[in-house]
Amino acid sequence: MRVSLFITCLADTLFPQVGRATVALLERLGCRVDFPEDQTCCGQMHFNSGYEEQARRLAERFTEVFAGAEVVVVPSASCAGMVREGFPHLGAPAPGPPVLELSEFLVDRLGVEDVGASFPHRVTYHPTCHSLRALKVGDRPLRLLRAVRGIDLVELPEADQCCGFGGTFAVKNADTSTAMLADKVRAVLDTRAEICAAGDASCLMHIGGGLARQRAGTRTLHLAEILAATE
Amino acid sequence: MSAQGFPRAAREALTDSQLRANLGNATRTIRAKRAGVVEELPDWEALREAGRAIKERTLLGLDGWLEQLETSVTAAGGTVHWARDAGEANRIVSDLVAAEGAEEVVKVKSLATDEIGLNGALAERGIAAIETDLAELIIQLGDDEQSHILVPAIHRNRAEIRALFRRALAGTDDLTDEPAALAEAARRHLRERFLRARVGISGANFGVAETGTICVVESEGNGRMCTTLPETLITVMGIEKVLPEWRDLEVMLQLLPRSSTGERMNPYTSLWTGVRSGDGPRRFHLVLLDNGRTNVLADEVGRQALACIRCSACLNACPVYSRVGGHAYESIYPGPIGAILTPQLRPGEADTLPWASSLCGACYEVCPVKIDIPRVLVHLRGKVVRGRKRGEDAPERAAMALMGYAFDDPRRLRLAQRLARLGGRVRRPPGLSGWTDARELPEPPQESFRQWWARRR
Repeated sequence: MRVSLFITCLADTLFPQVGRATVALLERLGCRVDFPEDQTCCGQMHFNSGYEEQARRLAERFTEVFAGAEVVVVPSASCAGMVREGFPHLGAPAPGPPVLELSEFLVDRLGVEDVGASFPHRVTYHPTCHSLRALKVGDRPLRLLRAVRGIDLVELPEADQCCGFGGTFAVKNADTSTAMLADKVRAVLDTRAEICAAGDASCLMHIGGGLARQRAGTRTLHLAEILAATE
Repeated sequence: MSAQGFPRAAREALTDSQLRANLGNATRTIRAKRAGVVEELPDWEALREAGRAIKERTLLGLDGWLEQLETSVTAAGGTVHWARDAGEANRIVSDLVAAEGAEEVVKVKSLATDEIGLNGALAERGIAAIETDLAELIIQLGDDEQSHILVPAIHRNRAEIRALFRRALAGTDDLTDEPAALAEAARRHLRERFLRARVGISGANFGVAETGTICVVESEGNGRMCTTLPETLITVMGIEKVLPEWRDLEVMLQLLPRSSTGERMNPYTSLWTGVRSGDGPRRFHLVLLDNGRTNVLADEVGRQALACIRCSACLNACPVYSRVGGHAYESIYPGPIGAILTPQLRPGEADTLPWASSLCGACYEVCPVKIDIPRVLVHLRGKVVRGRKRGEDAPERAAMALMGYAFDDPRRLRLAQRLARLGGRVRRPPGLSGWTDARELPEPPQESFRQWWARRR
């Protein structure tokens, strides 16, 4: 299957390892991965901040860049959600090909749960808000993780609670955001996991930033990085 | 709203450890209760959709339903008054109470009367308004402010309420903090006032256009005392509370209790249609309140805020509300629904509220009439941004313009990524203290993904 990768501006700039892992994983599963280099950003930050004009321009760019794709895969529920739910609100044209978050693509399109990964570590999984409530990916990421060899997957208490990121919310309402982060970090540390995983680099940047500040010794990894890992 | 609005008010609230504990426990309990009674209904999603559709039908034909309501209420022996704003509504109610020669009124818990500041307006006319809902009484006795739509004293715990009652109520020296004992103390205090009151004042959960029936739901029975014992009953109802038909109540009375208190059915549902001789009040007045609602109706995206049935599920589900509490919203309508309703009812006065959300979507998920609160928040943010004058919030505007410029062209994005790599050596860049006060910034990588891709190919 020919897959066009939308890497997201955040992963492209700050977390390229998420993109490299996604490529490695998809190629291992037999996909032909293509990265249209004219892509930039889905416009979510501008849209959520009230800058609709700029957001619309970016939405139009996205739709144009991916017009020839068979399927677009995004290692972010938040950005996939923006394309599927935000674009119509902007009056922007909907992309031709389906735009799927990574776990949706793996489970629904490729029909795999065991991707042949090996990751002998204690991991807890944070379901990001947009994966839960915008895309409703349900337990797809957990089904993928459970099939990973050697993994010690532990449940995160009050997992469905937001980590407090919310884009510019983390800066504009820094105090409230930090209070939410404190509870999320406490829940993560209570699991005694080495790794906190999620399907959005943005939320992981937030949780990871909080863990690192505390020198907590627990780090964050994107779902794709765990699924790409082999013996 | 104070000059710095929500972020500042929230900052203060977050330091109150008692508030954090009271609120955290209370919202967690109600959330779990709600989830339990919603899960047991296989047709919950269909019910929500029905509730949404009823409210949409209501709002799209609001003028017609209101005229029909007026006709029905009048035919049943009631009198209908129309109030454009808070001042008009307060004047109408005060005049009606004064005409009865009453110096005291008993009140059912009502957000509409709080919204217009009715108690203060009555006090100016020498009329004492007595709140009879237990939580409202706690607020009134403590000269406090409500912090929740349904549980106005949610920020107080039993020990605090016991201390307040011992100060404010006679014969409470031996009072314990058992809920039953606290309720009994309030009951003794209120009973005498119910019996002597000549005027009762209520809000309305629903008003049925077809029949002229007003509906109030409650848990304590105090509401029914207020709506049945006094000779005169005055109901203040927001115009969006009208329902087209009697059968619409079937849907609403299932959605509301499960969403609000987590009960299958609320303990008291009072329905009355005008007046009848020998039973209940002899005079009934319905005051229909606009107070900004017509303006909200004009906004095609924002108008769904008027579908709200005041269940408060969104407050309990909200990670922001459940940490900062209601006072930070500086409105009688706090939480997610307040963040979309207040800025629309009071344009220009609450411009920070649309940002009082991480857009996590928990509010939308629990809303019994499917108000897409995150969607309206984003829409209102756009309105605020477009309405800003030149120079207002210049740093944000510049940052957004700069990023928009970079994202408009992949070559510029590549350049911006190189600059970020250089800038990334600064661990605490100015302007980002909101982030770096509590979190590390990620270290920019040696190469961006697109560089890696280009090299690999």
